Amino acid sequence: MAITLIVNGKQHEVAADPETPLLYVLRNDLKLKGARYGCGIGQCGACTVIIDGKAVQSCDVPVSGATGKQITTVEGIARNGKLHPLQEAFIAEQAAQCGYCATGIIMSAKALLDANPKASEGEIRSALKGNLCRCGTHQRILRAIQRAAKEWRS
Amino acid sequence: MSAAENTPRKLPGSLNTNRRLDRWLRINRDGTVSVFPGKVEIGQGILTALSQIVAEELDVGLQRVRLAPTDTSYSPDEGMTSGSQSITDGGAALRYAAAEARDLLMQKAASQLGVSLEQLTVTDGTIKARGGGSVTYWDIATEDLLKREATGDVPPKPAGQHSVIGAAIPRRDIPAKVSGAPSYVHDLDLPGMLHGRIARPPSYGAKLAALDEADVRAMPGVVAVVRDGSFVGVVAQREDQAIRALNRIKRIARWEERGGLPESTDPRFLLKETTEDEVISEKSDQPAAARKAKTLEAEYTRPYIAHATIGPSCAVAICDDGRYTIWTHSQGVYPLRHDLSKVLKVEPERITIIHSDGAGCYGHNGADDAALDAALLARAVPGQPVRVQWMREDEFTWEPYGPTMVVKLKASLDADGNIVDWVEDIWSNSHSTRPGAAKGVNLIAAWHLAKPHEPSPPRNPPLPGGGSHRNAIPIYEFPNQRVTNHLVKRMPLRVSALRALGATANVFAIESFMDELAAAAGADPIEFRLRHLKDPRARAVLEAVAAKAGWKKGEKGDGARGRGVGFARYKNGAAYVAAIVEVEIGNEIGVKRAWVAIDAGLVINPDGLINQTEGGLIQTVSWVLKEAVQFDRERVLTQTWLDYPILTFDEVPPVEVTVINRPELPPLGAGEGTQGPTAAAVANAVHNAIGARLRDLPFTRDKVISALA
Repeated sequence: MAITLIVNGKQHEVAADPETPLLYVLRNDLKLKGARYGCGIGQCGACTVIIDGKAVQSCDVPVSGATGKQITTVEGIARNGKLHPLQEAFIAEQAAQCGYCATGIIMSAKALLDANPKASEGEIRSALKGNLCRCGTHQRILRAIQRAAKEWRS
Repeated sequence: MSAAENTPRKLPGSLNTNRRLDRWLRINRDGTVSVFPGKVEIGQGILTALSQIVAEELDVGLQRVRLAPTDTSYSPDEGMTSGSQSITDGGAALRYAAAEARDLLMQKAASQLGVSLEQLTVTDGTIKARGGGSVTYWDIATEDLLKREATGDVPPKPAGQHSVIGAAIPRRDIPAKVSGAPSYVHDLDLPGMLHGRIARPPSYGAKLAALDEADVRAMPGVVAVVRDGSFVGVVAQREDQAIRALNRIKRIARWEERGGLPESTDPRFLLKETTEDEVISEKSDQPAAARKAKTLEAEYTRPYIAHATIGPSCAVAICDDGRYTIWTHSQGVYPLRHDLSKVLKVEPERITIIHSDGAGCYGHNGADDAALDAALLARAVPGQPVRVQWMREDEFTWEPYGPTMVVKLKASLDADGNIVDWVEDIWSNSHSTRPGAAKGVNLIAAWHLAKPHEPSPPRNPPLPGGGSHRNAIPIYEFPNQRVTNHLVKRMPLRVSALRALGATANVFAIESFMDELAAAAGADPIEFRLRHLKDPRARAVLEAVAAKAGWKKGEKGDGARGRGVGFARYKNGAAYVAAIVEVEIGNEIGVKRAWVAIDAGLVINPDGLINQTEGGLIQTVSWVLKEAVQFDRERVLTQTWLDYPILTFDEVPPVEVTVINRPELPPLGAGEGTQGPTAAAVANAVHNAIGARLRDLPFTRDKVISALA
């Protein structure tokens, strides 16, 4: 069954069962590998994308529920060949160990800062409650997000 | 010829077992240097550090260094990437290989330019003679230049000449990883690739009694159902189809389960098991023993702990004409190939294993198992690549956990508050059941086949590094001491290497007990430790962390907040680490702040070292406050993150790391140094805060309440 999706501003037709979690369509049909499988039931945040401005765990959304909505993945946030300020800040702060959780966290942080560029550290921590990091890189990640937020505001 | 002449001389690190220079390095005509590491990236930033070593010793810009993925068709065999040994094994090999390669290039340049070596200088691969004339590495390097055995005779640069070693060079892999570009084996997407899933038994030892395979084959997209004994897998066109088929199999398959798990999750079941006992340290001084004035005893435990990677294990395999190509995030491609060869019944040479990054593993997780899973499914669809990714519950229920442990301690103080006798007994399974053993196969699927392979006998890595007994021998100076390792042979739950192996529980116990003894002696915990330590480097990390944290002699908590210290030298031979943490106890224990001092000898990349140290501390706080694998008599019950909570963003403390660099000394393994000291520091901080001594990990709310009762 053909499903129409708008991903990173581009329209795509995909042939998938409507119940298929969006994550697999992004990764396998659209070859966007930045959203990653971690748990399949919305508990870890590795697959986070932004749908209509909200951070959403794409493993937990049937593809049929995403039709007609604006889906943004981590591949769609760079502008004019330049990484997004959040991505730049992650590099500047060396905010990764294995990095597997990083893209999901960047998308959660982007949804937060888009809505509230003045988010405090507490609000950032709270917004990332659903994103797990196992390497213990949290403090660098928090610094990176605060660094990006500062740039955002200036 | 005498035997001595036949024995090859010992070369540094992994150069000793991979002795040819061209196994490690190639100087290319295009102005690049290819490096062939046998150690792999597991999130610790090792590939950046190894590049720095090569750039430094060869005198070339970092941007010229190309790292080849670890691959059994050409890489040196460095065994496992484990035990905080990548710098000391692989780094040492590359350091000496690059120094020798530079020397060969300089000699060749000297002869081409007709000058002596003393008249040459080299900058970024261009060699200049003082009197004029220059050549580049790229011009003079010939195919045969590095086709020779290393001598190990060319010394690496002295510390005073370092400019790349010791610099906080940004990680090579982070830009791609944060951009969302394909970076992991999970992201590999080959033309015509199919997707596989494995329907594991519901519990260890369960046998498949019935499965209607035709029912599964009829499902949309299903290409193959692979059944061999109690091993069941499915291959489908699409990943979602493979998952639907897996869920169907789980619903309709009938299994016969056998039980056999411990009666409770209390680690003390170990005390009733059959053990192999070994006294690993014994010291006797009768006059000192006679000064005993006060004796203390205590028992400490830790539960089974999961590696709990964020990205469940994954592999991609192709089977074509009896040859296999497998992409994996295994920590050891050669040991994996050894086991795969036995199960697939093909010569190792017919199996090519290519490493590709995975999510952080923190030890032996499902990576190797997934490689066999992919190979078995690929065999059913020759010529077509098959990608297998484990589901979250596969990882939680089938990974080999860090073993549960019990440590009993008894020590005596003299009237002056000095420890005069120390008796320690530890109970644990082996901490290594990795692939690559001579006998048996250590891969799950192999145990489930109709003609199953036996797991290999567990190997407890020997001292001085040790496995269950890693860091069991106190580094303090005690006149009387007896340490006994009780190795528990039966393994009711699958176990293997988890970051730091036995050091976590052993240091947790020793360092908690040191605080208990300090209190009994009426001494400050840091002063008490220093009293029993001679090694100046050990003293220096304790003094450094105390200074940084502003530790006040004899400081006491206030009934809610408190601070505690923990110290160890990892493996009694690697990095020195001292940690202080501050806790706050409300409904639960929160770790609010932490300070660490680390001495890992020569630091290759200070930011990499700090990142590992911060991460190690935070991961350990998670283990200590929250983590324990749950099971009943039949099944592992830990299946999702709800069953196995870990520390989250709203709970992590800031960590301040002080690095004591010793550029003149050899680098020491550092990635696992914080585990033991952190665990003890939390326990000691809790005691400092509320006067309750917690001895059983994890320190959940119930434990605090019962300790206060």
